[in-house]
Amino acid sequence: DSCSVVNRGFVCVCKSRFVFCFLQQRRRAGPAAAALWQKPRSAAQQRHSVTATESKMAGADGDDSLYPIAVLIDELRNEDVQLRLNSIKKLSTIALALGVERTRTELLPFLTDTIYDEDEVLLALAEQLGNFTMLVGGPEYVHCLLPPLESLATVEETVVRDKAVESLRKISQEHSPVDLEVHFEPLVKRLASGDWFTSRTSACGLFSVCYPRVSSTVKAEIRQHFRTLCSDDTPMVRRAAASKLGEFAKVLELDYVKSDIISLFTALASDEQDSVRLLAVEACVSIATLLPQEDLETLVMPTLRQAAEDKSWRVRYMVADKFSELQKAVGPEITKNDLVPAFQNLLKDCEAEVRAAAANKVKEFCENLPEDNREQIIMTHILPCVKELVSDTNQHVKSALASVIMGLSTILGKDNTIEHLLPLFLAQLKDECPEVRLNIISNLDCVNEVIGIRQLSQSLLPAIVELAEDAKWRVRLAIIEYMPLLAGQLGVEFFDEKLNTLCMAWLIDHVYAIREAATCNLMKLVEKFGAEWAQNTIVPKVLGMANDPNYLHRMTTLFCINALSEACGQEITTKQMLPVVLKMSNDQVANVRFNVAKSLQKIGPVLDSNALQTEVKPVLEKLASDTDMDVKYFAQEAISGECLSSSTIVDKLNT
Amino acid sequence: METTKLPPSSPSSPTTSFSVPSAEKVDGFPRRSMRRARQRRSHSSSQFRYQSSQVELTPLPLLKDAPVAELHDLFCKKLQQCCVLFDFLDCVADLKGKEIKRAALNELVESVATSRGVLIEPLYPEAIKMISVNIFRTLPPSENPEFDPEEDEPTLEASWPHLQLVYEFFLRFLESPDFQPSMAKRYVDQKFVLQLLELFDSEDPREREYLKTILHRVYGKLLGLRAYIRKQINNIFLRFIYETEHFNGVAELLEILGSIINGFALPLKAEHKQFLVRVLIPLHTAKSLSIFHAQLAYCVVQFMEKDATVTEYIIRGLLKYWPKTCTQKEVMFLGEIEEILDVIEPSQFIRVQEPLFKQIAACISSPHFQVAERALYFWNNEYILSLIEENCQVILPLVFATLYRVSKEHWNQTIVSLIYNVLKTFMEMNSKLFDDLTASYKVEKQNPAVTLKK
Repeated sequence: DSCSVVNRGFVCVCKSRFVFCFLQQRRRAGPAAAALWQKPRSAAQQRHSVTATESKMAGADGDDSLYPIAVLIDELRNEDVQLRLNSIKKLSTIALALGVERTRTELLPFLTDTIYDEDEVLLALAEQLGNFTMLVGGPEYVHCLLPPLESLATVEETVVRDKAVESLRKISQEHSPVDLEVHFEPLVKRLASGDWFTSRTSACGLFSVCYPRVSSTVKAEIRQHFRTLCSDDTPMVRRAAASKLGEFAKVLELDYVKSDIISLFTALASDEQDSVRLLAVEACVSIATLLPQEDLETLVMPTLRQAAEDKSWRVRYMVADKFSELQKAVGPEITKNDLVPAFQNLLKDCEAEVRAAAANKVKEFCENLPEDNREQIIMTHILPCVKELVSDTNQHVKSALASVIMGLSTILGKDNTIEHLLPLFLAQLKDECPEVRLNIISNLDCVNEVIGIRQLSQSLLPAIVELAEDAKWRVRLAIIEYMPLLAGQLGVEFFDEKLNTLCMAWLIDHVYAIREAATCNLMKLVEKFGAEWAQNTIVPKVLGMANDPNYLHRMTTLFCINALSEACGQEITTKQMLPVVLKMSNDQVANVRFNVAKSLQKIGPVLDSNALQTEVKPVLEKLASDTDMDVKYFAQEAISGECLSSSTIVDKLNT
Repeated sequence: METTKLPPSSPSSPTTSFSVPSAEKVDGFPRRSMRRARQRRSHSSSQFRYQSSQVELTPLPLLKDAPVAELHDLFCKKLQQCCVLFDFLDCVADLKGKEIKRAALNELVESVATSRGVLIEPLYPEAIKMISVNIFRTLPPSENPEFDPEEDEPTLEASWPHLQLVYEFFLRFLESPDFQPSMAKRYVDQKFVLQLLELFDSEDPREREYLKTILHRVYGKLLGLRAYIRKQINNIFLRFIYETEHFNGVAELLEILGSIINGFALPLKAEHKQFLVRVLIPLHTAKSLSIFHAQLAYCVVQFMEKDATVTEYIIRGLLKYWPKTCTQKEVMFLGEIEEILDVIEPSQFIRVQEPLFKQIAACISSPHFQVAERALYFWNNEYILSLIEENCQVILPLVFATLYRVSKEHWNQTIVSLIYNVLKTFMEMNSKLFDDLTASYKVEKQNPAVTLKK
C-alpha cells in the first residue's frame, strides 16, 4: 500500500519539494513543528501525494549516484535512534548532494523541526551545524544556520545546549559586521530575554563573540543585557554569567571594564550562593590581568581578600586552586603584601580539601615569587607551614605536598635543602600512607640534581622495600614502575646489592599484573645496564624458574624470555634461552606448551636461520600435532609466522 | 493544605552496624561500604573554627524555678548562651560547657513545648538568631567524593548532640500554639529559608529528617514564603538535574512537595504545570533515581489525581526519558507506569496507549527477565486489564508480534509462562482478532519478502 523504503528516499532527492513535509509528518511532531509546516494531512492524502510523486518520478530519468543520499535522508526519520544518529552525522554529505539552495530552503527548515528528537541526535546536529557555512553557500548565507541553532540553544539538556553555543560562537566569526547586527545580535537578545533559564544561560556565552564587531549603540545594549543576566533571578543563569565574566571583560574597552565589569564582579563575588561566588574567583584572574597595576588595589583586591576568607570552603578551594594564576595576574608587589599571608592561611585552612589544593601550589607559588627576596619569603613564611603539612592528619594533603615538595630543592639550593628540606623528605619517606612515599620517590630526580641521591639512599631503601611488599598490588605496581628510574639514579652497584632481589621477587608475585610489570621492568633494566650484566645477574635466575613446580612461575620464565631476548641479543638467546624454551615444550601443562609456541614465534627474529630450521621448527611441528587444541593453534600460528620471519632473514642475508 | 503525612517530629537515629553478613561476601569481594568503614570517622563542620574566642559558660538558674516576672529574661539569656558553639571533633574539649549548653537546650525545648505564654514578641529574634547560629553553616566536603547513598555509610554530623536539640527546639517553636506567623515572618525570611534549603544537602539522614518536618511547618504557617520556597526547590532540582547530579536531600524535598501538590488549587496554575513538565519529569533522568523514586512517583501521581489533563505530558515525558541501558531503572519506570495506569482516566488512556504499548512491548522482549516480568505483571492488574480490553483492537496488534516471538525465544521459563497467560487472556478477549493476527504473523514469518512488498 505504500512505496518501498528505497523508493521513498529516492523520491526525496529526485523530485519532491514536499519530501521534507512528508518526513516531518512521519515523525513525532512537536507543537511548534505544525506551525513550521503546512497543515497536517490525513494518512490517505499523504499516501496519495507520495504515489503521485512516484508516478511523476517514473517518467523522469533516475540518477543512481544519488541513491546513497536517498537512503541517508530516509534514515533521518527512521524509528531507530541509531540510524537517525548515523544519518545526522553524515549531514554534510546530504547537504553537499542537495546543493546550497535546497540545503537552505528544505534541509534546514526540516532540521529546525528535529529539535523534538532525542538528545543524542540533537547533540550531533548541534555539532554538525557549526561546520555548515560552506554548505549553505558561504558567509553570505551563514545566518540561515541561526534558527536551528537558536532552538538547540534552548533545550534542557546541558551538553546539547553547550554544543549549540559552541557552534554559534564558531559561525559568529563568519558573519559580516552587518549580518552580525541584523541576524546574530537579535538572536542573542532573544535568548537573553527568554522565559526559561536555558536560553538565558546560553546567551551568556554569546556576548563576547559579537561585542567586538558591532556598533557602539549595539555594544551598549549588549552590556545592558549582560548586566541583567548577572543579577538574574535563577542561580543557574548567574553561574553562567559569572563563568563568562572574565571572557566578556577581555573584549570590553578598559573604561567599561572599570565602570561595568568591576561592579558586576563585586556583586557576583558576594552572591548568596557559593556556587556563584566561586566562579567569580576565576573571573578575577582575567580582570586583574586587564587592569593597570595602580587600579588593582582598589578595584580587585578587596574582593579577592574576601574570597580567600570566604565562609564557604568551596570558594577558598577555588582561590587555592587558581593561586598561581592569581599570583601572576596581580604582580610581585601585591603578591608580597597580600598573597603571601593569604597563601599561609590557605595552607592552614580548616578544611583538608583547601589545604590539599594549596599544597599542590607550593612549588609553583615559590617559583613565581619575586627573585630579590624569594628565599627569605620561603624560609620565613612558607616553609613553616610546609613543615606542618608534612604531619597533616589528612593523607590527601600529605600526598599533594609530597608530589611537589621535592621541587623546592632547586629553588632553595644545596645548603637549605640539606638543612631544611631533607628532614621533611625523610619524614615523608616514612609516612604511613604509601601514596605519600610513592610521590616522594617518583620525584627523586629533582633532589638528585641538587644534593645527589646518596644523602637519601639510606632512608630510601627501607621505604622502597616496604612499598615493594605493600599489601595493595597497585602500590607494588607503582613502585615497580619507578625501578628503572631509581636504578639509573642509584647506579648498578647499589642496585645489585639492594634492589635486585626485590626485582626477582616480583616475578613470583601472586598477582599477574605485578609479574607482568616485573617482566617489563627487567627488560628496561637490561636496556640500562647492558647484556653482560643481564647474563651475570638475571638470566640464570629467570631460567632457573623453568623448573619451578608452579606452572605460573614456569610461564613467567617464558614471558621474561619474550621480553629480554631482543635486549640480550642473539648470543645469549640462542645459547642460553632457546634450550630452556625447547625443553619446556614437553611440559605437562598445556598453557605452558602453547606459551612455548608463542615464545618461539616471539624470539624467532633474534635467532639465526640455522637454529630456526634445526631446532625450532621440529619442536613447533611436534606441538602442532599436540592433543590440546590451543597448543595446536598457537603452534600453527608460530609456524606460519616463523616461515615469514625466517624468509625475511634469508632475504636479508642474500642482499 | 492537607494535614501532614510526614513522620513524627522526633526522628529516631538510624543505627546501622558495619558487620556485613558473610552471605553478602560470597563473591570474594568485600562491599564498598565495608572497605570504607574503617576510614570512616564523624565529621564536624568548619563553623566551630570561625568562632574567634571561646566563651566560658556558667550555669543559669532553672527555667521552672524562675519567678514569672523573670521568666522571659531568663529564657532570653538561655537562648544567648546556646549561641556558643563547641568543638565536637575533640570529644573531650570543654565538657562542662557542652553539658551546660545541652541542659539549657533541653530546658528551652521543654519550656516551649509545654508552657503557655512563653513565646512573646521580643523572644522571636533571639530564638531565630540562636537557631541560625547553630544550624546554618557551609556543609563540609564529603569525606568520600564518590559517596553513593545506596552503598556507603553517610558521614554523620559530629555536633549532633547539640544540633538535634536545636532542631527540636525549632520544631517545637513552630508547632507551639503560641506561635504567631505574623511575628515570625519578620525573622524567618527569604534569606533564612534559602539557607535552610541548602542544609538539605547534609549527608546526615537524621538532620534531613528534621529539616523536612521543619520546612513543611514553615511552608504551612508562613504563607508569604510559599511561592519563594517552591521556586528555590525548583532551582535546587534543576541544578541537581543539569549541573551537579549531586544533592542529598532530593527525596526529602519531594516528600514535602508531595503534600504541597495535594493542596494546589484547580485549575492548575501554569507555574505548577511547568514544574511538573520541566522539573519533575526530567528528575527521572538522574543517575541516583532509586534513592528518591518512590517520592517522585508519588508526586507525579498526585498531579494526575489533581488534574487528569496532565496525564499525556507525564506519560510522553516518561517515554522520552525511558532508560536505555539501565535495567534497574527500567523496572522503576515500569512500576511508576503501573501506579499511573492505576488512576488513569479511560479517555486519557486512549491518548497515550499507542506509544505506551510500543514501549511495553519493547520491555517484554527485554532479555533481562525482571524487566520483562515487571511489564507482564500489568496483565495481573484488573483495572489495567479492563483498559486493555476496551482498547483491544489497538493494543493487541501493537504487542502481538512481540508476545508471540518472545514466547518462543525467551530463556526464562517464568517469562514464557507469563506470556502464555497474557496470550490466553487476549484470546479470550477477542478470539477473532487473535486468530487473524496469528495467521498474518505466520505468513510474515514464512515469507518475509511478501511483507516487504506489501
